[in-house]
Formats: sequence, C-alpha cells, structure tokens
Amino acid sequence: MVIFWLSVLAFSILLYVLLDGFDLGVGILFGLARAEDRRRAMIGSVAPVWDGNETWLIVSGVILWGAFPLVYATLFSAFYLPLIFMLAGLILRGVAFEFRDKARQLRVVWDIAFCGGSLVAAFMQGVMVGVLVEGLPVSHGEYAGSDFGWLSPFAVLCGLGLCLGYSLLGACWLVRKCEGEMQSWAYRLIPRLAAVLALLLVVVFVLALALNLRVLSRWLERPYLFLFPVIGVVAAIVLAVSVRRRRIRAPGYAVVATFVAAFATFAITFWPYMIPFSICVDQAAAPHASLAFMFWGEGLFVLPLMLIYTIIGYRVFRGSNATNPSRY
Amino acid sequence: MDSLALLLSRIQFAFTISFHIIFPSFTIGLAAWLTLLETLHVTTGRPLYRQVFEFWLKIFGVAFGLGVVTGIVMAFQFGTNWSTLSRLTGAVQGPLLSYETFTAFYLEASFFGILLFGRSRVPPWSYLFSTGMVALGTMLSAFWIMANNSWMQSPVGYVIHDGVFVPNDWHKILFNPVLWVRFPHMLLASLITGAFCVAATGAWYVLRNEFGPEGRLMLRMGLYLAAVLVPLQLFFGHLTGDYVHDRQPTKFAAIEARWHDEQPASEVLIAIPDSAHETNRFALSVPVLGSVIGSLSLHSKEVGMTDFAREDRPPVAIPFFSFRIMVGCGLMLLFTAWLGAYLARKGRLERSRVLLWLTFLSFPLPFIATLAGWFTAEVGRQPWTVFGVLRTAQAVTPTLTARSALISLIVFSALYALIFVFGSLFIYRLLRAGPAGRLVLPAPDAHTRRPMSVADQLLVMRE
Repeated sequence: MVIFWLSVLAFSILLYVLLDGFDLGVGILFGLARAEDRRRAMIGSVAPVWDGNETWLIVSGVILWGAFPLVYATLFSAFYLPLIFMLAGLILRGVAFEFRDKARQLRVVWDIAFCGGSLVAAFMQGVMVGVLVEGLPVSHGEYAGSDFGWLSPFAVLCGLGLCLGYSLLGACWLVRKCEGEMQSWAYRLIPRLAAVLALLLVVVFVLALALNLRVLSRWLERPYLFLFPVIGVVAAIVLAVSVRRRRIRAPGYAVVATFVAAFATFAITFWPYMIPFSICVDQAAAPHASLAFMFWGEGLFVLPLMLIYTIIGYRVFRGSNATNPSRY
Repeated sequence: MDSLALLLSRIQFAFTISFHIIFPSFTIGLAAWLTLLETLHVTTGRPLYRQVFEFWLKIFGVAFGLGVVTGIVMAFQFGTNWSTLSRLTGAVQGPLLSYETFTAFYLEASFFGILLFGRSRVPPWSYLFSTGMVALGTMLSAFWIMANNSWMQSPVGYVIHDGVFVPNDWHKILFNPVLWVRFPHMLLASLITGAFCVAATGAWYVLRNEFGPEGRLMLRMGLYLAAVLVPLQLFFGHLTGDYVHDRQPTKFAAIEARWHDEQPASEVLIAIPDSAHETNRFALSVPVLGSVIGSLSLHSKEVGMTDFAREDRPPVAIPFFSFRIMVGCGLMLLFTAWLGAYLARKGRLERSRVLLWLTFLSFPLPFIATLAGWFTAEVGRQPWTVFGVLRTAQAVTPTLTARSALISLIVFSALYALIFVFGSLFIYRLLRAGPAGRLVLPAPDAHTRRPMSVADQLLVMRE
C-alpha cells in the first residue's frame, strides 16, 4: 500500500510538472511577445488544457496529506511563504485567462497578471526543490528555519533554472501547436533558452560542490545515478538536431526526457527519505487503515478514470492551432 | 507558538473559506436546477426550458470557475497554517478530502465538458444524464466536505496512537448521525440559494419588463421550489440543533447565551452577551421556551455556560448573533416563498410589485444565512479544532511567525478583492444580457475544459 501510494504520488507530481510546466512556460514566454495576435495565439494554445493541468497539483497535495501526513505537515508549513506566493501566482494567472478577454481598458493588468503569475509560480516551485536539495532544516518533525530561510542563493538559482526549464517546455509546446511566424519564433527561442539553462545548471552544480551538499555523497554511494546526466546530454543533442531540422514533435520529447531524468535523479537521490535526511517514507506513511480506504475507492476506480479522461482531453485538442481552429 | 500568528491564521482561514463557500453553495443549487430544467426540456420538448437552461449554464460556468480557483487554496492551507492538525489528524481528514478532490474532479470536470460543448455531439438522453452527473458530483463534493467537518465537530471511529489519530472504523465516520443531519442541512441551503437566485433574477426581469416568458418561468419555479425547500430546511435545522444540544453543550449554551443552569429554561430572543460578567445586557427573553426548544419539554434543565471552565468556552457573541441572523434570514425567505407561492396560485404574482421587489431583494439572504450558519458551527466549536480532543491553539503551525501570517493574509485579501470585483462585474453583465438570442449549438471544435469561456462562446455565436 505504501509503495502504491508513493508511486501514485510520484507519478502525479511528475505529470503536474510536465503538464503545468509547459503552460506556465507559455505564460513566462508571453512576456517576451509584444504583438497582440502573437499573445492571443499563445494563450489560445494552452487555454483548453491549463485547468486540467493544475488539477494534478491539487491531486498531489491531497494524496500527500492522506497518505503521508507527516510530510504534508512539515513541508507545507516550512514552505509557508513560497507556497502562498505560488498559489497567488497560480490564481492570478488562472483568472487572467478569462478576465483578459472581457477587459476593455484594463487588458494590460491581466497581461501582467498572466505573465507575472506564471513566473512567480514557476520560480517558487524551483526554489522549493532547491531548498530540499540543499537540505531543509528539520528538528523533531518541525521546520527549524526562519520564515525567509528558503531564500538562499542556491535555491534562487534553482528557481531561475525551473523558470527556464518550463520556458523550454513552453517553447516546444508552441512549436507543436502553432504554425508560420509564431512557430519559427519558438524554434529560435529553444537553443537560446537551452544554452542559458545549461550554463545555469553548471553554476548550480559548482555551487553544490562548493557548499559540499550532503546529497552529493549519494552519487558516490549510488553510481548508477550518473546514468541520468548521460540521458540529459543525449536529450540535449537530440534537441539541438531536431530544432535544426525543424522537427515538430522531437524537441518536446527531448525536453520531457530531460525532465523525467531530473525527476528520477531527485527521487533516487532522496530515497528512502521524502524530506532528505530527516523524514523517510515509512515514517511518514499514514496507517494502513487510511491507505486501504483510499485504495479501494479512488486508487482502484477513480484514478484510472481520471487518466483516461486526461488522455481523451489531449486527443481532442491534438494538432496545431491552425488545423484545429478555435475562436483564437 | 506565536499568539498573533494564531489569530491571523484563524482570520485567514475564516476569510478564505467564507469567500470560497459562496461559490460552491451557489453551484450545487444551480446544478440541481439545471438538471430539473433539462428534464423538463427532454420530457415536454418546450424550447423555453432550453432557453432558460442555456442562460443559467453560463452563470454556472463562471461561478464554478471561481469556486475551483478559490478552492485550490484550501488544499494547501491545512498544511501551511495548521500543520499540527494536519499531522495528527491527517490519517482521517486526508483520505476524506482526497476523496473530495478525486470524485469532484472526475464527475464535475468530465461531465461538465459534455454540458458545455456536447449538445451537438451526444443524444438528448445522454446530455440529460451528464447534467445529472454534474449535479451528483457537486453533491458528492459537499458530502466529503461535510464528512470531514462533521468528524471535527463530533469525532468518531478513531483511536489515538502516540498522540496521532488513527482511523479504526470508517463505517462509523461515514455513517455518523451528525453527518447525516448536517449534510442535508448544507445541501438544502445550497438548493435554496439556487432557487432564490433564480426567483430573484426572474423578479428583476418582470420588474424591468424584459424577457417576459423566461422571467416568469424563473420567478414561479424558483418560488415554488423555495416554498417546499425552506420548511424542510427548518426541519433539518432543528435536527442540527438537536445534535448540538446533545453533543456540543458549550456551543449550544453560546447560541442561547445561557450563562447559568435553568429549570425550566427561558429563551433569550435578543440581548448583548457580556462574557466578562457572565450575563446578558438588555435581554428580551421568554420563560420556559428555552426548555421547549432544547428538549421539547416544559420543565427540562438546560445547561449554562458557567458549568464549563473558562478555557473550554467558545466566544458567545459570534455564535449568538450569527445564529439569529441565520434564523432571521430563513424566516424571511419562508415568508417570501409562501406568499409568492400563494399569489402564484391566485394568478396575481406578476401584478404584486411589493412581492416582486421582496423577491428581487431577497437574493443575498440565502448567502448570508449560509455564512452565518457556518460561523455558528465553527466559532461555536471553539476553543477546539477537533471537538473535545484537539485545541485550535495547539493545531496551528508552531513555527509560524506573525510576519509570515500577516504577509499571506494581505496577499489573499488583495487577490480575493480583485477576483470578487471582476467576478461580480462579469456575472452582472451576463444577468443584464439576459436569456436573449436564438439558440445555437456550440461549434463541434469548441473547448471542453474552460468553464468560464462558455459564456462568450455563446455570446460570440449569437452576434
């Protein structure tokens, strides 16, 4: 049961990162586009799916609470302000989708809300991952840092890194969903974003070495972890080649592969801890009665239905905007 | 623990959840109303029902969207502000609320897509079925929320292991009699909210001489439904009061502003409770009525607040007044609904401008009553989070600072004010536009997953 819910949790977080990642990324790139028709095309490409994407965040949140209450309590109270800012960002960009169209004079307000909200939400998610890697100070099951303790240089770099990563996903999404001038703009963005991201990752890695982070010792204990950076490098080559050849789908798959590799790296580095070096899986898991209660209803029946529904949703909107015209 | 952080967390929770509940309580009622309209449309084939359906579907879309957006916060807030609560009771509350998310997401979101854009793609019976499933989804959501809250009001089916609540009988938790009184109470509140919003909109159109047939249909159906539902609600309200009387004597004493044991007890109709001196000022009371209300007897002894230690008492003024506001709203709604139904039977409904104004102005009352009811229930539960077992002061995140709590409260206040202003403006525009225009089928390629967008989809196509 514990392993079942841990897998479901991991899966739903990964799904959230990939799905909301590209639509947050489109939101960030939205700030770079000036022309109204370009902006409309960008919003239009994610409008039908963003709501469903964010549902996976809530699903992850409630699974965490139901199945691993200790982690839910410790993590969410430790990340008080980052989470509040992330939620504020998500709410702002969520309502901006709808209110932007209805606004007459105040469109610029919702433009800022859409881009700014996406940026803040992505940045905060990256910061939280950074703090986890750096090591969350926990004593006696409670967060032991200060209320701005999460704002370290390492975490800020991770926050920027995730913004870039999401932008990269967003650009690949635009390549797939748009045509003509918009598409070639997205193609031009990909190598630049990828280059800056690669540079940033090197800096993060050097900083991690300089800080002598405890997670690094895991790499010596579990050498098979080196497989994942290799996947990352291969994916980067695929990305470069496929962009040069103007492939539609391959760039997206390459970036997704990178994200999956990064996610797997974190998961394996942390294992068996859920919060590195303070709370492990068995310690955090809810009693069997709770896990079983969740399994026999939502785990066995509702979850598969949700997945089918998500897949159908994407199939309905497959293809590019031009071949699937809507009001945008 | 920081006592200012505790206070700010309580204010923040009260504010965000009060703001959130407005939307679900409205949409639960509207989903049931849409199902009724679609049933009538399918069985009678009258286009009028369809016209009214399309109109309310747009409003439903906006309210549903705002409910989803404000609901995200709730899934996180237990962890951020109430970490001790979520750690200790997570094994009970977490699964209940995860069921809420799963069922709500599946039933509401997936069938809602068919509702918005499926008219041209699915047969009529399947469309009706989808409408019913959306209504069922909203009600199931309410069920899980009430299951969770009722467990906090009257915790059952658990044992405590190393200070942590471990569920040992889900059957007891899900078939808690308290839940099966409070769930219908909340459901009826939502249905009445829907009925009165419909009737008030109808009254508005009749007063303005616009949208005649649609306005009259909304007015009549809304009032007839309310005339049946409001008395039923008073009955379930009474049952809810019974459980409070039996299981939460401190809350009951606070609602009654009864400071000392009385036999037979009098009923304080109105007063200004004075906690410091443990007495009421300017009290207007009726002898013996307190025993009748509390125990249906003429000489029962009723418990007063001074039986309990000071640290175990809830604040008195808030439950006392909010309970009276709730009951007052309920009685006004009953009067309006019955008078309206009577006039409708006599065929004088549209000519009585007094009743039309009364109905139109009554639309905020169900919302106020719902909020006041929740304030009675939640403030009356204090000083406990889980009644009798876990104190609110112990439930708060121990490491939370007043500075962080203040920042988050300001962020949410600003954000919600913005959403409220624009959301109301948007709903007002839809109401103003009215159920006009010819009926169109949505384009087969329209989006299926943007609740709020259906409004302009339909508007655009009408032009």
